[in-house]
Amino acid sequence: MPGVLTAIADPSVRAAFREWLVRIADDELVIGHRHSEWTGFGPDIESDVAMSSIAQEELGHGRAFYEQIAQDEGSDIDRLAFGRAPHEYRHAALLEQENDGWEYSIVRLVLYEAFEVARLRLVAASGQEPVAGLARILTREERYHGLFAETWLTRLAGGPPEGPGRVQAALDAAWPDALGLFEATSADDMLLRAGVLTSSPAAQREAWIDAVRPVLDRCGLALPTAAAREGGRRGEHTPAFDRLLAQMTEVWRSDPEARW
Amino acid sequence: MVTIAADTLERAVWDILATVEDPELPISIVDLGLVRDVRIEDGRVSVRLVPTWIACPALGVIRRRVRDALVSLAGVRDAAVDYTYDEPWTLERVTARGRAQLASHGLSVPRCRFAEPPVCPYCGSHDVVAESLFGPTLCRATYLCRSCRNPFERFKPPAEA
Repeated sequence: MPGVLTAIADPSVRAAFREWLVRIADDELVIGHRHSEWTGFGPDIESDVAMSSIAQEELGHGRAFYEQIAQDEGSDIDRLAFGRAPHEYRHAALLEQENDGWEYSIVRLVLYEAFEVARLRLVAASGQEPVAGLARILTREERYHGLFAETWLTRLAGGPPEGPGRVQAALDAAWPDALGLFEATSADDMLLRAGVLTSSPAAQREAWIDAVRPVLDRCGLALPTAAAREGGRRGEHTPAFDRLLAQMTEVWRSDPEARW
Repeated sequence: MVTIAADTLERAVWDILATVEDPELPISIVDLGLVRDVRIEDGRVSVRLVPTWIACPALGVIRRRVRDALVSLAGVRDAAVDYTYDEPWTLERVTARGRAQLASHGLSVPRCRFAEPPVCPYCGSHDVVAESLFGPTLCRATYLCRSCRNPFERFKPPAEA
């Protein structure tokens, strides 16, 4: 059965869609790894298990997207996930930043989940099966992540005086990187022209701000005004990613041919 | 090579699929509603499964178990087992027997939707509180019953669309 990429006749569109699949998979792999750093360190046992489950799910989602690429190209998904040079990863910087306190992780989760659900809906509407079907399924799974994130955000922002200030500071820190989720490359133009995507990065960004604004408003948080920090979608990453990649790939690099 | 009538082989395939258990729950994959379709052509069996949760670590184990079970059948020359994203896995796919098995395992099982009011599996009370949407496996949430004071787990499908 031909995979999703093989089915796209135009090589430029195929390359652009591959780029999108890599972005999605890389976003999920990297945030999954960051979330997993809370395992054993969450503020309470339920949140620890929840963040660990979310980590497990995001890694599994990343795997499902890598599989779509590997199936078409006859490549090994572990090599795809772990065997690339840093500049070959296409995730946004938001996902690679260190967990700078529980409030930062929760703010990042709120911002990323809103983005992710909207992106999955775009992919679901792309007509590119079986990836579109996968995206439809994942939209349902992600709902619980968003609920968990917003519940915690409300709790932190409504806490004693120290809480709101710390959450606002985390939001201010995360905001430029969050806007970087929408960084446009030629792949976006190509997919828009081909009708695979039905919304430009700029329009996606506006819709995302409309989605997160009421959530932040309800928590008494101010929408930051800082500009986007970009580069991730072109393979430019921060030193935080070098450290993450080194740790994440340590076991795989010890014997890339091993079968687990 | 044994030659077996097509309908006999198809029945044997479904019978053996019903013996394959989910590694995390005491329920067969047929009762859990994982089998989307079975195709048999000239002794080559192709089974398509619907994943419950995409990141469920049991998916690989289930796929192996299904394949091993199929190739052990007389008349099966080859077996392919794949997951399909054609349709989501929902509670409606679980059989009545499957629900009963999950319930006797101590799980609270929603009748139609996860969003419906939860019921304590021990005393039947609705006076329960959700403790966490994320339980010991991806498909379970944890609750406390305020009537009988027992903690319990509730079967959790992906959120309804």
